[in-house]
Order: sequence, then C-alpha cells, then structure tokens
Amino acid sequence: MKRRLGEVVVSSSTSFVAQCYQLEMAPALGELVRTDLPEIYGVVGTVTTEPLDSARPVLARGEAAVSEGDIIRDNPQLSRLLTSRFEVFIAGYVDKNVTRQYLPPRPPRVHSFIYSCSADEVVEFTRHLDLLRLLLNSGASHSDEIVSACIRQAAASHDQPKYFISQACRTLAVELSADVPRLNSILRRISP
Amino acid sequence: MTLFDHPIGDANEMANGKFAARQGQPLGMVVDGSVTNGVEVRLDSDVSVERIKVGTFVTLQGSNNRFFGVVTDIALGSTDPRMKYASIPTDDVFVIQALQGTVAFGMVSVLPQLTLPDVLGDEQGPAAAKSIPDHFSRAYISSQEDVETVFGSEKDGNFWLGSPLDMETKLCLDLGELVKRSMGVFGKSGTGKTFLTRLLLAGIVQNAQASSLIFDMHSEYGWQGQDADKGVNVKGLKQLFGAKVSTFTLDDDHSRRRGLSTDETVKLGLNHIEPEDVELLRESLNLSDVAASCAYNLREKYGEESWLKEFLDSGRNGSLLELADELQVNPGALRALYNRMGRFTRHGFMVEHSRVDTAALMIEHLERGQHVVLEFGRYGDDEAAYILVSNLLTRRIHRKYVEAKETAMGGAGKEPRPLVIVIEEAHKFLNSSVASQTIFGIIARELRKYNVTLMVIDQRPSGIDSEVLSQVGTRFSCLLDNERDIDAVLSGTSGSRALRSVLSRLESKQQALVFGHALPLPVVVRIRDYGTSFYETIEGGGDSEEEKKRKVDELFR
Repeated sequence: MKRRLGEVVVSSSTSFVAQCYQLEMAPALGELVRTDLPEIYGVVGTVTTEPLDSARPVLARGEAAVSEGDIIRDNPQLSRLLTSRFEVFIAGYVDKNVTRQYLPPRPPRVHSFIYSCSADEVVEFTRHLDLLRLLLNSGASHSDEIVSACIRQAAASHDQPKYFISQACRTLAVELSADVPRLNSILRRISP
Repeated sequence: MTLFDHPIGDANEMANGKFAARQGQPLGMVVDGSVTNGVEVRLDSDVSVERIKVGTFVTLQGSNNRFFGVVTDIALGSTDPRMKYASIPTDDVFVIQALQGTVAFGMVSVLPQLTLPDVLGDEQGPAAAKSIPDHFSRAYISSQEDVETVFGSEKDGNFWLGSPLDMETKLCLDLGELVKRSMGVFGKSGTGKTFLTRLLLAGIVQNAQASSLIFDMHSEYGWQGQDADKGVNVKGLKQLFGAKVSTFTLDDDHSRRRGLSTDETVKLGLNHIEPEDVELLRESLNLSDVAASCAYNLREKYGEESWLKEFLDSGRNGSLLELADELQVNPGALRALYNRMGRFTRHGFMVEHSRVDTAALMIEHLERGQHVVLEFGRYGDDEAAYILVSNLLTRRIHRKYVEAKETAMGGAGKEPRPLVIVIEEAHKFLNSSVASQTIFGIIARELRKYNVTLMVIDQRPSGIDSEVLSQVGTRFSCLLDNERDIDAVLSGTSGSRALRSVLSRLESKQQALVFGHALPLPVVVRIRDYGTSFYETIEGGGDSEEEKKRKVDELFR
C-alpha cells in the first residue's frame, strides 16, 4: 500500500524538494522515496520544518504552557503557518522496467506526488548499490550521514540485513579506497 | 561475493573455455610486473594471504599463453597509504570484512618461469617464459596436471623425489639428465642432506643409467644408516639393492664389529702415494709449502714407485740431514714432512707395497654396472685419510676413464659407463687453494666430457671454489642460514634474489630447494620419506636376496 508523503515543490537534475501535506510527517533521513510516472527514486537528505512565510519567524510561545502539546492546542493556527519540507537526492529511476542507478534525463515535475517505498521496492532498488556513489558525491555537507542512514534504512527491508550491510560496506570500501579515514567513519555508523 | 558479476570474471570464463586445461584454485589477478622482477598478483578478497606460501606454484592464464611460475614474495598492500595510521576498529567484523580485499589486500609476487602448452598432452613441452601475462590475467594455484606437465611424471620413468610445497603431486626428477652434470647437495648440519643423498643414490642405482662411486665418510650409505631423530636404522644401498652394490672398506674391524661382510678390503701401498697427494694434504697435516714441495725432490731422487718408502726408511735410519743436504732442501722442512708422513702412513689401511690396484678393482665393479660404496670406518673422522684415499682412488679411476673415453672416441672401444662420484665435506677438496690440484677440481671443471660427474655434499658451500661451484649443474639445497653460504649456492643462478628469500625460509627438515640443470625451474620440495614405503617401491620389495637370506639365517641361528 503506497503512502503519499508530499508533493515536489522545487526540482533540479540532482535533487528535488518536496513539501509534506501534514506538519512533521516527513520521511526519515536516508529513507528511499519515489515519484510516479516517471518513476524516479531518491534518498531523503534533509528534512526542514519552517514558517511558510520566511518574513515571519516562529516565536517561542510555551512560557506559560504545562506541556508541549498545550502549545499546539492553544495556537491552532500554527499548523497552518508552519510547513515541513524534505530534500531528496536522486538515486536513480526506472526506465522501461529496468532500474538505472544514475541520474534521470529530466528531474521530476513540480507537483509530482512523492510516495514512500514498500519493502519490496526497497529490496528491488537496492539490489545494485551504485546509488551509494551518487550519494557520496551528492555535494551535501553531510553526505556521509545520508549514506549511512540510507544503508541502515534499506537493510531493515532485506531478508538478510547483515549480508546486505556487509555487501554495502564492501561497495563503500571500493568507492572510498583512497580515503580510508572517511570510509572508516561511515563504516562505524553502519556497523550493527 | 560481490552483488553483481565483475566484468573481468566474465572475460576470464571465456578465456578459460578456450583452453582445455583444468585450472586450480583461483588466486587473484595480475596488476603489475616486468620480466625481470616478475608479476604482481592482487589476491581476490576471499583468498587469505596466509594460505599462500613462498615457493607455491602458480599458473597465470594470459590471453594467449599460460604461464607457470613460482611465488617469490608475499606482501600486504592497501589503496590508501593513510590506512596504516587510521584507527580501525579491529573487533568489528563488518568493518574488517569490508576493508579486506578492497582497501587492504594481499599481493603476491610471481616469477613466470615457463610458458605451458595451451592444450595438455600437446607434443610441444613447456618453454622458458620470455614474456609476462597481460594486465588482469587470472592467477591460479597450479593444478596437478600443470605440475606434471612441467616436471614429468613417474610414468615416464622419472624419479619421484617428493612433493612441491602444500601439494600432493609427485614431483619427479629426470635422473638421466641429473647425472649428465655435476650436482651438489647443500644444507647446514642436521637438515637431511644424508637422507636426500641416499634417496638420490637409490634413484640412480634403480635407474641404472650410471654407476656411482661413493666415498662414504661416516659409513651411512653402504649397509645401513641411522635416523638420529627417530633413533632407528634405515636401510643402506647394499640392503636395498644387494648384488648391484659392492661395498669396499678401509677398516675391516669396523665392518666386522657391525656384523657386516664387505666385498673388498682396501689396502693402499706407499707406492701409490704421489707428491701431488702430499700437496693436497698440506692443510690437514699442517705442513708448510716448502715441506710439501720436498716430496717432488724425493720423487726425483727415488723414482715414482718407491720415493715414500725410501724416504721413510732413511728417516728411520737417521740419515735425514744428509738427505736434506743432498736434495738441497731445508732440513727442518724435510723433518716435518718425515714426521707427518710417518704418522700418517701408520694408518691400518696403509701397507708398504701393494700389488692390488684398488682403483682397477673398483673400475671392474663399476664397469659391470655395479655401484661402489667405500666405507671409511673409523678413518672417516680422519680428514687427511679421507682426502688422501678419495683423491688417490679417484685420480686413478679418472685416468682410466679418460683412456677409455679416448679409445671410444677413436672408435676402438665402448663408451665408459657414466660415473657419479660422491664426496662429502666437499669444501675440503674443492676450496680455492686446492681446487686446482685435486682431481675433483678437474672433474668438476672438465665435467661430462669423460662421463664422470661429481655429487658434492657439503654444509659450507661458501668454502668451495666458485669456479667449481659454477659447474655444479643441479643443486639441492636444504636450509642454509649463513649469508655467504646462501650466496655461494645461488651464485650464477638467474633470479637469485627471489630464490634467496625462499632458501632462507625452508623448514629445517625434509625440505630442499632444487634448481639447475635437471629441472625446468627452481622448486621447493618436501622430500619423500625414506622408509618402509620407499623400500617397497624398489624391486624385490625392499629386501635383497642377501638380506632375505641373512634374516632367515638369523631366525634359525
């Protein structure tokens, strides 16, 4: 059962930004998500919750509140003034039923729906691990975190998570063979 | 192991299909190399360096040729030099597994020695490798078939010497080729030189292409030898081959004490000793140069036959001073010569005059296709006696061989049977100061021209004259740890730098590096056991007729 997470609001060749339909309902860091028609896969890199109007910064309102829940209850307008967005790094796409782990010719259209991937889809897409190279070179300042989160997330969908992790570790080792300290730090984040 | 097939793997499967030969266990791929230094093979991630040993045979499947080589070095490599300094969580299996074979991997240096025929059983045999395989060629541990292609099999009449390291394959030696050149068995004391020699001699006797004359210093080859480690006796050549082997002894008492009958007792007459022999004994008798050269003056005066006897007589009569005056030599030197020779000639095997020409007797045996073992008994520890007797006899035998060979060349006689002369403690005969004078130096240099070759057994090869050593065709080297000895053994061998590391890492028992004329490439051999299973391979189930008779006699005594 596919779950719709949001809608693309900014799109580029390497990444796109989606807005969630509901506040705080963004997918987790490193989760695999996809668009439909064309089927473009990506890994969640950054989740942001911010005011809709950047000119109106959020103010602290809970001085008198007993609990955090009270703040929302007392200020029902907040859920309309704030929004959650997430940036997705493109990891590949499906072209005529063939999974390609490189950038699609065109990024997803704005207003494309974003869906979470089922376990089967995750397993199918991560049968190849070329996406790790895309993620490592995504240019994000925290790309190591994205890669390790992605591997941890995907492993949970596999029947043999340990085997998957060990294969992913080996792929990383090949990719980062010239940078052992970086490799080492990623491996430490992945190792169960 | 990887999630997706490596394209190189596919290419190689195609290449393998092209060649009929069965491959051994995959090892890795060629990533670097040169003809002079050999190729570098990067090990596959699932191959542990610990499983590869220096000296292991490796087959390299190039795109057009198959190469046969030897592992000469093993190293640990990494793609990032910083790996050495990074802190790696060694207790984390995942991290270690990920790094092994990717960032950190094993490297093996292989020296390609031969090019194998593409199809096994081809007429064309292995040839010396003049090139190296392409980049990314696959390397395999050599299969049994490959090893047999290279070294020949027992079926083709070769002699089974042992097995290559970590293999069950029978490694064979072409004895016909072996005896064509001189050979050397080296190794420090207690590394199994004697056992290896006994095995080789048994092979030579069995093979029957050559005769052998063994100067058996410690009486180990004739009837029986000792296995000091196991504390058991092992059979000597006479026990194994009976009538094919004749034993001569210098020391009748010694043989009798051991309850053995020997074929002949050797007595040497003073008339057989020549001034050249004295020259040779200079070092062991501690004679000065001047004293030794007095012998030549004496021969001039008294003649070839009786110079020593006359000299000793005149010494006994107290007329040495006059003699010195007459010969115009230093009386002190003459006195020294008299003392040393007098002491020496009191040995039991020396007689005043011997009509029996022991050398001729030996040749008679050798001509009949027999093998002669000369046991020294208690004189074995007397270096001077060993040097004198072996030289004296060998010189005469060599002379006869030269005559026979020359007659044969003139078309008037048959070729003399190839002869292998076995000497122990070879550095005493063949060191640079005497090698030019001893007959063994001459034989080593003249080599096979007269069908006589040497088998030298020694623990100090560095003491052997380098010119002589360079003529030693096939070398069997057990463990050596002295640098100079290793240098000497490897002198004149191509790729000696690589062999050096192999040689110094041999096990101290039953292992030898064999290289040279009789083998297509150097090889580390685990020498086969010399024991019951070996005896059984010898015709007659190990016990010669004589031995069977003796055992029966013993039972009914």
